[in-house]
Amino acid sequence: MENKNMIDRLKSFIHNFGWPRIIIGMFLLVLFIAAPFVGVNINTSLSDTFNRFGMNCIMVLAMVPMIHSGCGLNFGLPLGIIAGLLGGTLAIEFNFIGGTSFLMAMIFATPFAVLFGWGYGKLLNRVKGGEMMIATYVGFSSVAFMCMMWLLLPYSNPTMVWGYTGKGLRTTISTEGYYLHVLNDFLAIRIGDHFLFPTGMFLLFALLAFLIWSFLHSKKGTAMTAVGSNPVFAKASGINIDKTRILSVILSTWLGAIGILVYQQSFGFIQLYMGPFFMALPAVSAILIGGASVNKASITNVIVGTFLFQGILTMTPSVMNSVIQTDMSEVIRIVVSNGMILYALTRKTEATR
Amino acid sequence: MKKVTLKSIKNLVANNLVTVLFIIICSIGIPLSGYSPTYLIQEIIIRISRNSFLILSLLIPIMAGMGLNFGMTLGAMAGQIGLILVTDWNVVGIPSMILAMILSVPISILLGQLCGRILNKAKGREMVTSYILGFFMNGVYQLVVLYGMGSVIPIKNTSLILPRGYGIRNTVNLINIRRSLDSLIDLKIFGIQIPLMTFVVIALLCVFVIWFRKTKLGQDMRAVGQDMNVAAAAGIQVEKTRIISIVISTIVAGIGMILYLQNIGTLNTYNSHTQIGMFSVAALLVGGASVSKANIGNVFLGVILFHLMFVVSPMAGKNLIGQAQLGEYFRVFVSYGVITLSLVLYEMRKRRENLANAEKLQDDQQGAIDEN
Repeated sequence: MENKNMIDRLKSFIHNFGWPRIIIGMFLLVLFIAAPFVGVNINTSLSDTFNRFGMNCIMVLAMVPMIHSGCGLNFGLPLGIIAGLLGGTLAIEFNFIGGTSFLMAMIFATPFAVLFGWGYGKLLNRVKGGEMMIATYVGFSSVAFMCMMWLLLPYSNPTMVWGYTGKGLRTTISTEGYYLHVLNDFLAIRIGDHFLFPTGMFLLFALLAFLIWSFLHSKKGTAMTAVGSNPVFAKASGINIDKTRILSVILSTWLGAIGILVYQQSFGFIQLYMGPFFMALPAVSAILIGGASVNKASITNVIVGTFLFQGILTMTPSVMNSVIQTDMSEVIRIVVSNGMILYALTRKTEATR
Repeated sequence: MKKVTLKSIKNLVANNLVTVLFIIICSIGIPLSGYSPTYLIQEIIIRISRNSFLILSLLIPIMAGMGLNFGMTLGAMAGQIGLILVTDWNVVGIPSMILAMILSVPISILLGQLCGRILNKAKGREMVTSYILGFFMNGVYQLVVLYGMGSVIPIKNTSLILPRGYGIRNTVNLINIRRSLDSLIDLKIFGIQIPLMTFVVIALLCVFVIWFRKTKLGQDMRAVGQDMNVAAAAGIQVEKTRIISIVISTIVAGIGMILYLQNIGTLNTYNSHTQIGMFSVAALLVGGASVSKANIGNVFLGVILFHLMFVVSPMAGKNLIGQAQLGEYFRVFVSYGVITLSLVLYEMRKRRENLANAEKLQDDQQGAIDEN
C-alpha cells in the first residue's frame, strides 16, 4: 500500500517536474560523476560553473517579471542588454575607473532601461496574445539599429573607438582597468589552487533576487501576478492592466541591463554590434529548465535553471572532450536550449491562457 | 468626390504601410547608390530567379492559417543534405539537380511531418514555435552533417570531408551544378542575362499554387485557416490538413534551396540555411502580405523591392556617410524592422477585431443578465 503510494507520488512528481528537466538533471549529475574518472578537475569545473552561474543569473532573473504579468517569455532581452551596453560604454567614455565605473555604468544604464522598457511595454500592450514573436523581433531590430548607432555615436575614448579613424566603437571593448572583475574579486573565497567562489556576483544576485521576491509579494507585485494569471479578475478588482504590464516590462528590461554589466565584468569584454543578438535564447531556456513555464516562474526556477543550464555548458566540453575526443558541446547546447523552449511552447496545459 | 479619393488613398497607404515605406526607401537609395539601371535590372532578375521559389513556399501555410512558416529552414536543410550527397557522388549538371531534389523530398516530408505535429501542439503560437524549431533542427542538422557524415553516412569524396576524417567542410563547392539550370537556355536581352529555365520552373510552381487553391484540399485549408472549430464541425480533419500544408511548404522550400544554391554556386554548409527563413519572410511582407493573407503578387513585388534595397544600401551608405558598413547594418535593420512592423500591425488589427467581437458578446451577455 505504502509502496503504491510512493509510486504515485513519484509519478506525480515526474509529471509536475517534466521529463526534459529530469533528463537534463540526470545528465548533469552523470557529467559530474564521470568528470574525475576522465581526468577533469572537479574543482575547476565547479568553480567555472559557479562563475558562469553568477554571470548569467541576473539575465535569467530578467525573465521573471514579464512572465508574471502574462507577457510571456522575454525574447526581447536584447533591448535590456542594449541599455546595459549604453551604460557600460558611457561609464568608460567618462573615464570612471574601478568599482566606481561599475556603479556609474549601472546608473547610466537605468534611464535607458526605463525608457526602452516603457516603449517596449507600450508596444506589447497593443499586441496582447502575440507578445513572444514580436518580442523576438523587437530584440533583433533594436540590435540591428544599435549596430548603426555604435558606428555613428560620438564616442571618443581611445580605448573604445577604432584606432585608425578615431570614431565608431570597436566590436569588442576590454573592461580591463574599468570594471573588470570588480564583483568577482569582491570578498572572493579561494579554496586550493583551482576553486574560486565569486562572492560579489552572488551577493548582487541575492540582493536583486530578494528585491524581486519582495516586490512580487508586495501589493503591486500581487497585482502583477493577478494580471498574468487572470486578467479578467484583475480588471474586475480595479487593477490597471496596461500600467502593470508596462511596469513589469520596465523591470525586466532593467534587470537585463544590469545582467549584461555583471556578465561583462566577469567576461572581461563588452561585446557590441551583433553581440547581444542571440543572448535571449540561453536565458529563456535556462529559466524553463528550472521549471518555469510560459506563464509561471519563481526565483527558485531561476536558480535551479541557471545552475543546470550553465552546469551543462561548462561540463560537456571538458568531459565530452576527454571521453570521445570531439567537442560536441555546441551541438548539445543548441539542442538542449532550443529543445527546452520547444517543450515549454508545446505543452497543452500552458497553451490555454 | 475629392474627399473619397483622399480617404481611399489614406486607406491604401495604411493597409500597405510596409510596401509604401519600402518604395520610399528604394527611391531614396537608388540615386544615392549611383548604380546604372542596367546593373540594377540584371541584379534584380538574378535575385528574382534565386529567391522567389523559396518565398513561394511560405504561401500554403499562410493559407492554412498557420502564419509565416519560419520552419521553412527545415526544408532548406533537406535541400542542402541532398546537394552534399550528389556532390559526393559526383553527378553533373541537370541530372544532379534533379537527383538532389529527389533526395531532398523524403527528408522534407519527414521534417515537415515533425514540424506539423509540433505546431499542432502549439496552436495560436505557431510562428514563435516554428522559429525556435528552426534553431533546434539546426542543432540536429549539425549533428548529422558535422559528426554523422563521413562516419555513419559514407562520404567517399575526401575534398568534402574535414581533415579530421569526418564531417563536411564549411564550404562545399557546387561546381557540378553551378548555374546549370540558369544557363540551360542562354537568353540575352539588351545585354541582360535572363535565366529562362529557372523562371519556367518558378512559373510552374505558381501555376501549382493557383491550382492547389481550387482543389478540395486547398479549400479545406482555407476553411481551417478561417476558423478551426467551424472547419472541424464541417468534417474537415483539421490537424491532418495543417500537417499537409507544412509538409508541402517544407518540400517546396527544399527544392527552392537547391535552385537558390545552384545560382550561388557554393554551399556554406553551416550558414546557408540559417538566414533563409528571415530573408524570405521579410521579402514576402515587403510585398504587402500579412500573417494571414498572401498571394503570388506579394511574392514578386516583395522580391523586387526587398532586394533592390539590399543591393543599393551598402553603396548608398558609402556615398552618404563614407562607410559601406553602415549601409550593411542598415539593410539588416530594415529586414528585421519590416518583420517587426508587419507583425505589430497584424496583431493590432486582429486585436481590434477581437475587441469588437468581445464587446458585442459582452452586450449580449449583459442583455441576458438584465433579463434575469
